[in-house]
Amino acid sequence: MTDTLPSAVRLGFERGGVEVTAFMREKMAVAFIFGLPALLLVLLGSIFGGQVAGHSVTVGQLFTAGMIAGGIMATSFQYLGISIATEREGGMLKRLSGTPLPRSSYFLGKLIQTLVCTVAETVLLIVVGIAFYHLHLPTSPGRWWTFSWIFLLGSAACGLLGIAMSSLPRSAASAAPVITLPFTVLQFMSGVYVPFTSVPGWMRDVASFFPLKWMSQGLRSVFLPGQAVGLEPAGSWEHGRTALVLAAWIVGGLVLCVTTFRWQPKSRN
Amino acid sequence: MGDRGVAGWGTRGGARAGDDGGMGEGVAVRVAGLRKSYGELTAVDGIDLEIGTGEVFALLGPNGAGKTTTVEILEGFRHRDAGTVAVLGADPARAGRAWRARIGIVLQLASAGPELTVQEMVRHFATFYPRPRSPGEVLEVTGLTSKARSRIGTLSGGQLRRLDVALGIVGQPELLFLDEPTTGFDPEARRQFWQLIRRLREHGTTILLTTHYLDEAEALADRIAVIAAGRIVAAGDPASLGGRLSAAARVSWHGPDGPATEETCAPTTLVAELAGRFGGEVPGLTVTRPTLEDIYLELIGAGI
Repeated sequence: MTDTLPSAVRLGFERGGVEVTAFMREKMAVAFIFGLPALLLVLLGSIFGGQVAGHSVTVGQLFTAGMIAGGIMATSFQYLGISIATEREGGMLKRLSGTPLPRSSYFLGKLIQTLVCTVAETVLLIVVGIAFYHLHLPTSPGRWWTFSWIFLLGSAACGLLGIAMSSLPRSAASAAPVITLPFTVLQFMSGVYVPFTSVPGWMRDVASFFPLKWMSQGLRSVFLPGQAVGLEPAGSWEHGRTALVLAAWIVGGLVLCVTTFRWQPKSRN
Repeated sequence: MGDRGVAGWGTRGGARAGDDGGMGEGVAVRVAGLRKSYGELTAVDGIDLEIGTGEVFALLGPNGAGKTTTVEILEGFRHRDAGTVAVLGADPARAGRAWRARIGIVLQLASAGPELTVQEMVRHFATFYPRPRSPGEVLEVTGLTSKARSRIGTLSGGQLRRLDVALGIVGQPELLFLDEPTTGFDPEARRQFWQLIRRLREHGTTILLTTHYLDEAEALADRIAVIAAGRIVAAGDPASLGGRLSAAARVSWHGPDGPATEETCAPTTLVAELAGRFGGEVPGLTVTRPTLEDIYLELIGAGI
């Protein structure tokens, strides 16, 4: 055959465009994945307003930093997991795998969609934080560097975990609850909805095994005044350990994805 | 789907002749000794079949007979346990993108990207292929032109099935797989679908069809294979399948003593004899061959 197949990169961007369009048109996704973190931030920030006792930190600042981490996980882990599970159980993955679309293009499309939505989500939450909760953009290059690697490692770890989790639901209808429930629990345990110091010790220990706790902690180090480190149970920002845990999840998530990813629905026989 | 012209459609007929990937002349699919088991259950138990280029081939059989397993092995969705398979000259278990670009698979989906419009989805799939059909023409022949700008989530069941077909043919496949394509169609939609299949065939597309509907196989297929319990129990053209041409015919008429019926392998002789007996017209004369359904039920062991 003399036909030239379209390049995998070009098709990846084609997929990405279609995925972003579909996301923006999906009312459920926009409301519950994209809008919910901002809504919760406004609610929690308004209910638990004021200064943290003995510190120059507002509760709103604490919530904003945690909610940005939660928002990153919503668009990377939660939406990615639900969308792939829905596509798999609905047969769309099988259909795509029956075409000459390279598998790498499918994943490049997911990467583009996830990156676009996660950046947009993060910007939205930062804007809400600045507008209502005295959040200040970092001024030092060091803090921007911290923000960048936490954003990238965190969304990569959550995204890979989302792809791996997408294999658990047994039907398209159960995709959202099966993926959202553990995510919600993890957000409470990781100090997204409540200040991490108020979380019981055993919950903090459990949360320490997962990426979200480390992402929240890292983002507090980016957006909170330096003395806020005194509010950390560990007494320090633990950047080294954060990077290690997130990197470990990226490696583990990748292994899980490669070993568990299926293009066909679960057999119902 | 209308009867609009399809000028400019499928210009590859000439290029395809002899383009059989180095296999025997004009063979699109060749299967020998195919076997597949799921644990204790043997789904496919030694199947041989050959489908010629440009042929419409129907695989008939009851649920659980091994139809879908066979087709999914040919499509590259499942791995076989034993046997040799060549689809357009390649082993589906190992074939790559270039091979995928030459086949089309029509899958029935409950929904496919409900937030996109029909036109967006067909255009999107067209980008996957090196020589796609024009999306506008695909929408036209599948009768979806008026729905081009509708969100897929708003389509009716019949319209969704037509979209399934549109996505299967947009790559201009040489070989098209259709697994029970008209299940759930109303009679009018089925007739329109049959027209579309005939049109694809005229353009040289080889088609492998599985179906429950015997009239569908009879109307569309050049050849039929009946599969039961994982084996091909008969194969041939619809008129002669399972010895249908030579099977006994049933001759009925109204005799002086009321209705009479005789089964005979020489119905013409009997009718001539009756004509002589009645001195012309035979009252209430009918001659019936076994229907495809009679033959089919006998073949799959459900007949009495």
